[in-house]
Amino acid sequence: MPPVDFCGMELAHPIVNGSGTFDAIAAHAVFGDALHEHFPFAAFVSKTITIAPRAGNPPPRLWETASGMINSIGLPNKGLAGYLESDLPKLAALPVPLITNVMGSTAAELCELVAACDEQDAIRAIELNVSCPNVKTGLDIGADPVSLAEVMRAVRPRTRKPLIVKLTPNTADVALVAAAAEAEGADAVSLINTLRATAQKPGASGEPWLGGVTGGMSGPAVRAVALAQVSAVAARVSIPVIGMGGVQRGEHAAQMLRAGATLVAVGTESFRDPAAGSRIARELRRLLEP
Amino acid sequence: MSLAPFGRRRGVCASIRKVGSYHLLELVDRDGPDPEPGQFYMLAAVSGWGAGTDERPFLPRAFSAMGGTDGRLWFMLEDIGPGTHRLARLQKGEPLWLTGPLGHGFRMPQDGRRPILTGGGVGVPPLVMWSQHLVEHGVARTLQFGFRDTSHAAVAASFDSVQIATDDGSVGHHGLVTDLLVRELDRDPHATVYSCGPPGMLEAVRRLCVDRGIPAQLALESGMACGFGACFGCVVPLVDGSYARVCVDGPVLDATALDHVPAH
Repeated sequence: MPPVDFCGMELAHPIVNGSGTFDAIAAHAVFGDALHEHFPFAAFVSKTITIAPRAGNPPPRLWETASGMINSIGLPNKGLAGYLESDLPKLAALPVPLITNVMGSTAAELCELVAACDEQDAIRAIELNVSCPNVKTGLDIGADPVSLAEVMRAVRPRTRKPLIVKLTPNTADVALVAAAAEAEGADAVSLINTLRATAQKPGASGEPWLGGVTGGMSGPAVRAVALAQVSAVAARVSIPVIGMGGVQRGEHAAQMLRAGATLVAVGTESFRDPAAGSRIARELRRLLEP
Repeated sequence: MSLAPFGRRRGVCASIRKVGSYHLLELVDRDGPDPEPGQFYMLAAVSGWGAGTDERPFLPRAFSAMGGTDGRLWFMLEDIGPGTHRLARLQKGEPLWLTGPLGHGFRMPQDGRRPILTGGGVGVPPLVMWSQHLVEHGVARTLQFGFRDTSHAAVAASFDSVQIATDDGSVGHHGLVTDLLVRELDRDPHATVYSCGPPGMLEAVRRLCVDRGIPAQLALESGMACGFGACFGCVVPLVDGSYARVCVDGPVLDATALDHVPAH
């Protein structure tokens, strides 16, 4: 399997992590240097960073579904200043390029985040979270091509680094949103983010189980949906696509590549096996090099 | 703290036997380091994981070790949901996935305080391991367990000098294990409490110890997807308004740091 060129970055293989599904700093404390020696991803995507620190949603935050799960985590993070000061030096020491994911509730916030990332040599690309469905900002920029285009027009001039737009599946026509991102200068798009979902408490109350009421669904249960959306977007745009959603094995990654993705992200499967990224890359290599 | 090898690995079910209401599971984990008391593992059967009620389980399940040495691990579980149901049906020689040992375990008592180990139900295993550790290090401990009934209490028959409470009064004290804890603390409060059990019991222990200014280390349980800090799903609220991840900040946390033990 030859190295993959992604927005000018040469990656050893096409497998990366989905934002918010792997904490490389916590994992290093748990697994030690073996994590860096066998790092499972060809690039590392940070969890979502916001301007102000966030504690995240009250528990319970998880619900297991048929062949998947719902999370309602609420984007806990140290805030931009905390990220730059305490997390970035550790993430810069990873053996792979760093992509930083940011979310703002306004174009101005996103501009500030992107401009701050632009100054950091350790950050090779920036991913815009315009889609996370489990935060009560009331704003879902990524569901609407017009408001996404507005935000992109404001944000694009703030950096020369590659800008990746993470698309939400919770919209009528994801390809239309992807086309709007491309038209306003996005260097790549990534999809799918989680599907909006909820669960009730066991028993007859009908009350929500999750502290955040709704969350996002992921895992193999969403793979077929993801494949359809990745196919539709890849057919519509000519910028690179990062495909994700329920990828558990090399064959699933190969399907994403056949659908037109350049990279494939692994998320929920890493929860079941911390080294899933390496295994999937290995399986993919065997499939592509018969 | 012993570091977990990176990635999940294949263990083998060496034996599984039913003792009253619980199953005792012995695994061969040749390549893993020995766990420390209070540490836990993520377990999943290799086959038939996902073929149960509602097509579950999907995620691995977290279990504190009941013991572990020389490539052998012991766990205790109760068949109450899709994950434990599948694990309870493991056959001798059957492979399973495990990741661990994970998390921070118990720490020795300070200032000559005597350890009181107060557990309930499936919270018993880490305390059994901690008790063994204390005894091996020449530290006298008080061990007290609460169970629902005789069938659940049967697992305690093999433990040395243990106080038992049952909800139905069929064995030992008729009432809560926290009654036994109060009795011990009234008798001699120069103690450190180690506790693990259902949320209601743990919360009662937390309040009791915080109110009396007695150090307490609580081994918490929480639904978690990963066990190594990735999912941020297993959080518990701290007094400073932030959340701690049970998997990487715990599972053993100081009672004074916790705002409360969540009821799920």
